[in-house]
Amino acid sequence: MVLQLVRRTAVFAVSLVVASVVAFAFMSVLPGDPARVALGVNATEEAVAATRAAFGTDRPLVVQYLDWVGGLPVGDFGRSYVTAVDIGPQIVDRLLVTTWLVLSGMAVALVVAVPLGVLAAMRHRSAGGTVISAFSQVGVAVPSFLAGILLVTVFAVRLGWLPSGGWVPPAQDPVEFLRRLVLPALALGLVQGAVLTRYIRSAVLDVLREDYLRTARSKGLTPGRALVRHGLRNAAIPVVTVLGLQLATLLVGAVVVERVFVIPGLGSLLLDGVANRDLLLVQGVVIVIVLAVLVVNFLVDVAYTVLDPRLRRAT
Amino acid sequence: MTRTPAALVVGGAIVGIVVAAALLSFVWTPYDAVQVDPGTRLAPPGFAHWLGTDTFGRDVVSQLLVGARTTLFVGVVAVGLAGVVGTPIGILAAMGPPWLGELVMRTNDLVLAFPALLLAIMFGAVYGPSTLTAMVAIGIATVPSFARLARGGALQVLATEYVLAARSAGRPRTAIAVRHVLPNIAGLLLVQASVSFAIAVLAEAALSFLGFGTRPPTPSWGRMLQEAQQFLYLKPELALWPGLAIAIAVLGFNLLGDGLRDRFDPRLADRR
Amino acid sequence: MNVLTVEGLDVGTADLQLVSDVSFTLVAGERVGLIGESGSGKSLTALAMLGLLPDGVRAQGSVRLAGIDHDLVGAPERRMAALRGDAMTMVFQEPMSALNPSMRVGDQVAEVMLLHGTQADRRAARAAAVEVLDSVHLPDPERLARAYPHQLSGGQRQRVMIAIALANGPSVLLADEPTTALDVTVQAQVLDLILSGVAERDAALLFITHDLAVVATVCERVLVMYGGRIVESGPVKEVFTNPHHPYTQGLLAASDMAGTGGRLRTIPGSVPAAGRFPDGCVFRTRCPNAADDCTVAPAWTESDGGGYACHHPVAAPEVPVLQVRERAVPDLPGRRPPPSSRSGTCSAPTAAGARRCGSRGHRCTRWAACRSTSRPGSGSGWSVSPGPASRR
Repeated sequence: MVLQLVRRTAVFAVSLVVASVVAFAFMSVLPGDPARVALGVNATEEAVAATRAAFGTDRPLVVQYLDWVGGLPVGDFGRSYVTAVDIGPQIVDRLLVTTWLVLSGMAVALVVAVPLGVLAAMRHRSAGGTVISAFSQVGVAVPSFLAGILLVTVFAVRLGWLPSGGWVPPAQDPVEFLRRLVLPALALGLVQGAVLTRYIRSAVLDVLREDYLRTARSKGLTPGRALVRHGLRNAAIPVVTVLGLQLATLLVGAVVVERVFVIPGLGSLLLDGVANRDLLLVQGVVIVIVLAVLVVNFLVDVAYTVLDPRLRRAT
Repeated sequence: MTRTPAALVVGGAIVGIVVAAALLSFVWTPYDAVQVDPGTRLAPPGFAHWLGTDTFGRDVVSQLLVGARTTLFVGVVAVGLAGVVGTPIGILAAMGPPWLGELVMRTNDLVLAFPALLLAIMFGAVYGPSTLTAMVAIGIATVPSFARLARGGALQVLATEYVLAARSAGRPRTAIAVRHVLPNIAGLLLVQASVSFAIAVLAEAALSFLGFGTRPPTPSWGRMLQEAQQFLYLKPELALWPGLAIAIAVLGFNLLGDGLRDRFDPRLADRR
Repeated sequence: MNVLTVEGLDVGTADLQLVSDVSFTLVAGERVGLIGESGSGKSLTALAMLGLLPDGVRAQGSVRLAGIDHDLVGAPERRMAALRGDAMTMVFQEPMSALNPSMRVGDQVAEVMLLHGTQADRRAARAAAVEVLDSVHLPDPERLARAYPHQLSGGQRQRVMIAIALANGPSVLLADEPTTALDVTVQAQVLDLILSGVAERDAALLFITHDLAVVATVCERVLVMYGGRIVESGPVKEVFTNPHHPYTQGLLAASDMAGTGGRLRTIPGSVPAAGRFPDGCVFRTRCPNAADDCTVAPAWTESDGGGYACHHPVAAPEVPVLQVRERAVPDLPGRRPPPSSRSGTCSAPTAAGARRCGSRGHRCTRWAACRSTSRPGSGSGWSVSPGPASRR
């Protein structure tokens, strides 16, 4: 088990390094000189050279890369060529907002999907199960930003119950924070919940067919208790993988949903960076998102080993 | 089970309608989809404009028809690219030496860490947003699913007795790949293509919504939504039509994929 | 005293009749075989008795268990759950998949005792589980209780299943082909475990199998099933030496128990799909004796200690079809199997015999033969000690 963990950690570390190279290379192939862009067309050669030296873009690419990567672990993402603001603190601020969104979205998805998925599996021959399946099939087809727009239309425009967007930090006003979190969390979570419902249903259906569930019932457990005590843990094994993939999807979904609800998260920062041609900022946000995805994948691998004793053998 | 799954029929019908709408838009639309007409801004649905007009006075039905074209175009190119690149990579990974297979799978995982939308935004940042960057980004992000599927399927086919027989008879590797492996995994690939298409439609819509896909004035469902969002208080139904179009198209491709899967893999038939 | 009485049991889906009018009784301590080809309704009968039929399959008729004041057919799930694993238990065919892969073996055994209040708390149940595992001759039960199923062999897992089935001292044990999926060398040991287990508890055993040789050595009475009906029943010796129903005769011939030598005979045709049996006599489409009157369902004819349902029963053979030896009561409570040598490959003569025979194809027949000679003078049909590396 320890060996496996070491192996996984190594894979994770290598992936991270390669990903950072990709993100860096991507933004560096760009034609155009950040210094010249920053100073405008009328700048003198001397001024451009001075700015280049200030930015550090006169150094070889390898040095620039190492400098950039070296700063990442301590949260130093460099200073923007465009706005001359430190990127690290911005990313941390925005990441916090996006984390709220993603986690609340995941919570909504789980609250919706676990009971519905299990119910759909247990009643898969009856009308109830079919209705749930149909609901999830339709839900899968609705992108989260569309769900967001529909939610805004109903709950903000028509009913006026909730604000149509914006963000208030929880420390500033917890009630307002929640009021503004509800719709984006629902937009993200309902759609992911629909996807998750399908996976949970199929995982539970698989487990329901297992011999050991029949054994559990032959021991004297009622169908429901047999499923809870013997089925869910085994059904969780495939679902955990999906959950990991979904966290990545949610992160990307948040980028779009932030635009719908005018939320100052990581996605808005990324889009602003692109709009301002602030490449160092884009590079920083990209590596943070990729890092998040890789971390989640890593955790999924670990969770797998914990959940499935068959994988625990020290090989 | 010989009967055609209901999902296949419904999904096929929906996809058929979307394709028909896209084809129709080449020869006929009620109005010029990009014609701005200040005189008919935000017209309500009626006889002249079945679903009304948008804020620039453009006919919604015409835009939806041309938008179907954009969506399908992006989907076909992206999924085609992913299939053409990913399938040989997967088969190669299955037939080649073990280290190659390992390398391909690791690279796959790495590409998967860059979601389609993120890739497209990066491409857009570097080369400027366009239909092309959207298609290529979605395509690249879809390559791993084809490579993984092709590798898994190929490994199964390679383990069958008739392939072992062909190999021991000394048939060249390429011949085995083309004659035995490819035909046997074609069904699975078709299922994957349909599912990937649904994802591509979603990604394209999201990108256009963010302004990273098809550029104006070419109509696209995602941008129609984005434009409609600004008028939610005034005319919320403007968001409904492109939203419905996206959802229906995605539903169609998903159902088609499910139906095809039931067809090609009867063991899974009962699972949905 | 009858511990189990089954009367007119029908099992079917909305449009298919899968089991029809099955009636039999089990006496305490009695070992009864239920035989027939695959698809004859043996397993469904057992599942119906336990109330574990698959979705959409329903039972009618009556199943009464001694000490239970209600009919098991149509009883509410809660009441059935209360007696499952307690008064009536079951061992399934496939030990590899019958245990929960993500739960420790000991906990799975402990659960059944906790569930029915045999043990008061988790700690007591855990300790009891180790004892039960020890009683099914599993090596190092302390350690094994903490293991996960994938760390056990098929034979060991089946022992765990038997431990679960016997933990609460059931009055009826249903064993559905418990040895079919096991290695030949392990089969005898597992069989012996079941036999000593039911003997210890004076439980009735319903042993489902298609292996006639096993029935011949394990059971006292046999029920022959075909097409969802019991077509013949009686003492094993009677039925196997003097079968009345052509189907029973066919089964015996096909199993080569008669030792005809030469080619293996089979029953012509194949078992129809579930619920697609002909009306009248269910066997008439494959029966050599079939005549016009077979379109009417044959009535039950009583014979020595049993009976059969056939219009044209097989004539009594001049030479008995099969010699069945009497077997003695298996290991009794408290009696430990003989200590085994650690070095030997297989200390038990029976197991050795079975292995030797097993390599020859017709294992069933020869197996039975081996057994009768394996322990001369012991008086008991066969008795098996655990494998070589087992006891502490």
